[in-house]
Amino acid sequence: MSEKKVDETTGVETTGHSWDGIEELNNPLPRWWLWTLYATIIWGIGYVIAYPAWPMISSATSGVLGYSTRGEVAAQIAEHEAENAQLVAQLNEADLATLAPGDDLHRYAVSRGGAVFKAQCSQCHGSGAAGATGYSNLLDNDWLWGGDIENIALTIRHGIRNETDLDARYSEMPAYDEVFEDDEIDAVVEYVYSLSRSEADATLAAAGSELFLDNCAACHGDNAEGNRDLGAPNLGDAIWLYGGDRAALEYTVRNARYGVMPAWGQRLSDEDVRAVSVYVHSLGGGE
Amino acid sequence: MNTPKLYAAREPIFPRRVSGTFRRFKWWIMIVTLGIYYLTPWIRWDRGPNLPDQAVLIDMANRRFYFFWIEIWPHEFYFVAGLLIMAGLGLFLFTSALGRVWCGYTCPQTVWTDLYILVERWIEGDRNARVRLHRAKWDFHKWRLRLTKWLVWLLIGVATGGAWVFYFTDAPTLFRDLLNFSAHPVAYITIAVLTLTTFVFGGFMREQVCIYMCPWPRIQAAMMDPDTLTVAYREWRGEPRGKQRVEGAGDCIDCMACVNVCPMGIDIRDGQQLECITCALCIDACDDVMERIGKPRGLIDYLALSDEPAERAGAKPRPIWQHVLRLRTLIYTALWAAIGAGLLYALFIRSDIELTVSPVRNPTFVVQSDGAIRNIYDVRLRNKLGEDREFHLSLTSDEILRIELEGRDGQLRFPVPANQTILQRVYVTARPQDPAASRDRTDLRFWVEDIGSGERASQATTFNGRVQ
Repeated sequence: MSEKKVDETTGVETTGHSWDGIEELNNPLPRWWLWTLYATIIWGIGYVIAYPAWPMISSATSGVLGYSTRGEVAAQIAEHEAENAQLVAQLNEADLATLAPGDDLHRYAVSRGGAVFKAQCSQCHGSGAAGATGYSNLLDNDWLWGGDIENIALTIRHGIRNETDLDARYSEMPAYDEVFEDDEIDAVVEYVYSLSRSEADATLAAAGSELFLDNCAACHGDNAEGNRDLGAPNLGDAIWLYGGDRAALEYTVRNARYGVMPAWGQRLSDEDVRAVSVYVHSLGGGE
Repeated sequence: MNTPKLYAAREPIFPRRVSGTFRRFKWWIMIVTLGIYYLTPWIRWDRGPNLPDQAVLIDMANRRFYFFWIEIWPHEFYFVAGLLIMAGLGLFLFTSALGRVWCGYTCPQTVWTDLYILVERWIEGDRNARVRLHRAKWDFHKWRLRLTKWLVWLLIGVATGGAWVFYFTDAPTLFRDLLNFSAHPVAYITIAVLTLTTFVFGGFMREQVCIYMCPWPRIQAAMMDPDTLTVAYREWRGEPRGKQRVEGAGDCIDCMACVNVCPMGIDIRDGQQLECITCALCIDACDDVMERIGKPRGLIDYLALSDEPAERAGAKPRPIWQHVLRLRTLIYTALWAAIGAGLLYALFIRSDIELTVSPVRNPTFVVQSDGAIRNIYDVRLRNKLGEDREFHLSLTSDEILRIELEGRDGQLRFPVPANQTILQRVYVTARPQDPAASRDRTDLRFWVEDIGSGERASQATTFNGRVQ
């Protein structure tokens, strides 16, 4: 055994390694540092045993503690549902018409309903509830079946013209393709067109007006103001579910329209139906 | 071939008691810093009903930071960022002027270690007694002293961890809950962790923390230059060290006083070294010895390396202010002061109303049955005062626009409770014949006015019409 090698300049022991005459000094690391390294290794082994760690083909090892982030989320959701149980019970019993903006229950219903709307309703009505051609805009003040909270809730619960719920909103416009001659169709279209616009052909519209009174006014009303009991739209306003130009009107008169909405009472819980009703009512057009 | 040892055990250090100017100064710093740390959570500050009356409180649950009369909301976190930047620049300034003065005087590691060494000395005696005890067998005497010391250390640790949690919730309530064992587990866990770190870092790891764990000693070298005042040994005056009777001897009598008092276990006479935290205790120790042997003080002293050639030639060192006042420290001071002034300015122009208007752009507009165009805006109004206030909302625009608040029955005023944010939905409508209804964009500005004080805030936004 040779003696310790010491670097002359610094007085520090060397490791004995030398490269081109340059020797490596040995400034030893503190031993506790090494212990810390071992401790972290032991910790790591314990962690791998206790928690999900090793990726397998289709999942990962589950760990003896049975912890999972998904399970934690589920537990948090359950916790929140337990916290909200009282509000849900209140919502199920409340008379929706008496809920006032600013109430805790109203706020809860709006945020719960908003979440339900995004998940279930936005596919047709849009994430901002602005609708699209054939899917009604829920932000405006025009309602086919009524815009107070009870009617909104009824529409959502039973749907429109579906075949699964006997209480669904129902009405059916006849297709006038076979009933009217082509010039009669032109006249009716011109009359409806003239109701909300001034640049129409007055003579043609006058002819259409008589046809309208005989054939359409039963549902749409003598002044074309619509009938909410039948879901017959007001034809004199600025809102057109299927488009308000002459071509769209002609298509509607010839072929009729048959908009369908599912009965959400069959798919959602009672509190979700109520919440989404409050949400839709709160969007700005609610009556 | 002899394999060198790559790992070394810690060499125990037994700092001797010392007295003098710097030691006295350090006692005062310890009293002040520990006093601030332990007592601050107990200071009360009346903020009125429904608000905490703790002067300094980090209220995580409600996302507020209270500092005496100042209340910081999460969106004002830049104040905290600014303070941290100021703390960083302050550290740069002090390091460039006075070396590792933070490490030597005010670093919590130094202060708590100092306190732990004080306790150690009270229980086990001064350096020589402690060295003897260290070497002694583990008999009843040694166990008794060690257990007493560890117990006191542990109590200090508990107090340290305990004081920490008081900053995050009402201190008297939490104190009572802690004693009843009804406090939140997080409080106990935090106290336990901080007790353990205080106990281990202050009692056993001490200088190891500074040498091996802390990054600051490495960074500091970048802020120091030859004009930085730092603790050093006047080797040209002290050497050759040894007995004074020898002809041509230096002033150093090699009494080891400077080494014995050093909490880092180094010999300052070896020159500047990484381990030195410039606690200045060796200055006190050496001055004491110099006085006793009738030599001038300052063999070990605060000095700047740039003075060394002059001092070796027998000249006097330049005055301290000439070292401290230099471009580098002036730049740090200027930056520090600029950020401080900016923060103060931001603090004073802070409004007690905060208005945010987000237009609902899905959809951009709604056609009403009469052809009117409606835009929807979400107006968030924050009342940062401790009292309920009522606000009036209005808008200004070059075009005719009508405003309506949801759920307010046609009223344009609405209350915002103290310290709350309210979300008010606002409908703005242009009649079909108004130009704004058929124009792509129309500028408008929302105004809120505190009905009580007349204070106003506004935000500009746009109205979208339907282009035919």
